[in-house]
Amino acid sequence: MLKRLITGLTTLAMLTSGCATMQSSRSSRLDLIKKRGVLVCGVSGKIPGFSYLNTQGKYEGLDVDICKAVASAILEDPNKVQYRPLTAPERFTALKTGEIDILSRNTTFNLSRDSIQGNGVTFAPVIFHDGQGIMVSKASQIKNINDLRSRNICVGSGTTTEQNLNDTFQENGIRYTPIKYQDLNQVVAGYLSGRCSAMTSDRSQLAAARSSFSNPDRHIILEEVLSKEPLAPASIGGDQKLSDALRWVIYTLIATDEFGINSRNIDTKLAIAKSNPNLSSLRRLLGVDGELGNKIGISNNFVVNIVKSTGNYSEIYNRHLGPGSNVEIPRGLNHTYKNGGLLISPPFK
Amino acid sequence: MFFSKKLILQFFSTIFITLVFFILLNNLIINLFRTDMMFDLGWLNQPSGFALSENSLPYNPTNSYLWTLLVGLSNSLKVIFFGLILSTIIGVIAGASRFSSNKLIRILSSYYVIVIRQIPLLLQLLFWYFVAFLNLSNTPLSILGNILTISNQGVRLLGIDISVEFSALLIGLTIFTGASIAEVVRGGINSVSIGQWEAFRSLGIKDSLGMKRIVIPQALPAILPGLTSQYLNLAKNSTLAIAVGYPDIYAISDTTITQTGRAIEGFTILLIIFLILNLIISFAMEVLNKIILSKVYKY
Repeated sequence: MLKRLITGLTTLAMLTSGCATMQSSRSSRLDLIKKRGVLVCGVSGKIPGFSYLNTQGKYEGLDVDICKAVASAILEDPNKVQYRPLTAPERFTALKTGEIDILSRNTTFNLSRDSIQGNGVTFAPVIFHDGQGIMVSKASQIKNINDLRSRNICVGSGTTTEQNLNDTFQENGIRYTPIKYQDLNQVVAGYLSGRCSAMTSDRSQLAAARSSFSNPDRHIILEEVLSKEPLAPASIGGDQKLSDALRWVIYTLIATDEFGINSRNIDTKLAIAKSNPNLSSLRRLLGVDGELGNKIGISNNFVVNIVKSTGNYSEIYNRHLGPGSNVEIPRGLNHTYKNGGLLISPPFK
Repeated sequence: MFFSKKLILQFFSTIFITLVFFILLNNLIINLFRTDMMFDLGWLNQPSGFALSENSLPYNPTNSYLWTLLVGLSNSLKVIFFGLILSTIIGVIAGASRFSSNKLIRILSSYYVIVIRQIPLLLQLLFWYFVAFLNLSNTPLSILGNILTISNQGVRLLGIDISVEFSALLIGLTIFTGASIAEVVRGGINSVSIGQWEAFRSLGIKDSLGMKRIVIPQALPAILPGLTSQYLNLAKNSTLAIAVGYPDIYAISDTTITQTGRAIEGFTILLIIFLILNLIISFAMEVLNKIILSKVYKY
């Protein structure tokens, strides 16, 4: 008995001290990912179009394709990803404690989250420019937020959504009652059962949720946009190697979109670049010349790997959110700057 | 031998427990330094900026996080208080019914305990809220004249408005804890020797009176410790409020933690609050236990 107790306690002590030494080391997670051979990616798992389980039981969506693009850049294989479904309140803790390598979960980029004194994560470039909206049923005759005076509004807790709702309504002097739930499915259940006159979330999420209603055309998203919600992936703060790699994976998707390089023509483009020494910027981008990939600690032909596995930004967008997909969201601000949108990539030099 | 085996065991256990504690603390401090997140409570004074659906204390979103957490605590205490009273009533009735001479009552109470104890509490709460309450009609349904009206917008009992979130949580917690209390009560009654029953029956005392005056008082010393742990469970289980949209202390600290990024401080505050709350419940039950023991063994 005594012996067993002592062995038990020693093992526990060794385990905890092992944890302490492991976590206090300062090597980059990028090396850890390579060593492990798998990228652990935090996703929502519940938002059609962004990340959700398809009928084959595989994760699918825009956020999921970001994970795949990162895996093809770092590990040269888009399938070497382990997905972790996370709720909104869990996500930053999961990132900070090292449970996940990157967070690709429709997360709004803002100052508090980016800062050391706040959530302490480092954001990658914005992959989806969203805005918070309000959905009501057509039958309710609600036309704008003034019609929501003294009404119940269903909202997800632990998100910026809750704060934006309060800011907008308080500024306009409109009293309302928030009914808060932990996840979007519950918000939807509360709204559809009539507990609330309206539900609020990012407009992309409202559109995604509406696509699963039995009568989607009986619900409208109000014109008013309560906030800007630039959604961006993130990695742990203070790890420049990993955040650089993540950042340039996103820029790859945007830059290849701008230059018209896609999964169908990548082999032709690569052949052209290889045979023509004058196309220096294309040669650099595709890793024929220069050391761009090596500079950020990943393989030199990472751009080719990414485009081959997920395609460029347009291809990803159209696959999950474009016309003909289940969750159709007008592209709007999410075009490249050449097409009147906000997406732009710094030069690959 | 000078040192007994027992003493050595105690000595080593103490050393190891202290060691493990310090290693864990050390680990926490190292990681707090590593992430530049030193323990800081300054954010408690900043305005919370989020509204609440119900508040037992006066509240508006310009109040500080500290006040918001206190409002959450008051919401928690409200549901815990009523939960303790109602689950005790249900538990005692259901537990005592297992000894009823009426077969139907015996069967009903045993089925209640069997069914409720097999289903996870979270599922029961989701059932009460999303299936039972939210599927009610929008227009209030009157029961017993105007004493009680219910709709999916709220419950009105004797002119007092109660939200459906609170109602679902209270009913779920009460029915779940009631089933466990029923078992504790049954165990307590079983511990009273059959001779006591035979004795009062031979004196011509009815079962219901004998139960009340003879059996239950003797069963109480066996019931109270089990009851205490059920009360503690109820207090802790009240944090499942977040699943049914009720703004209890846990739901509010959840939002607070995401807004401020202060997970360690937030969880520490929660831990301390629940520790204090449960110590109070344990202490009160301890006092009650002593009073009852002194009365029972007086004769």
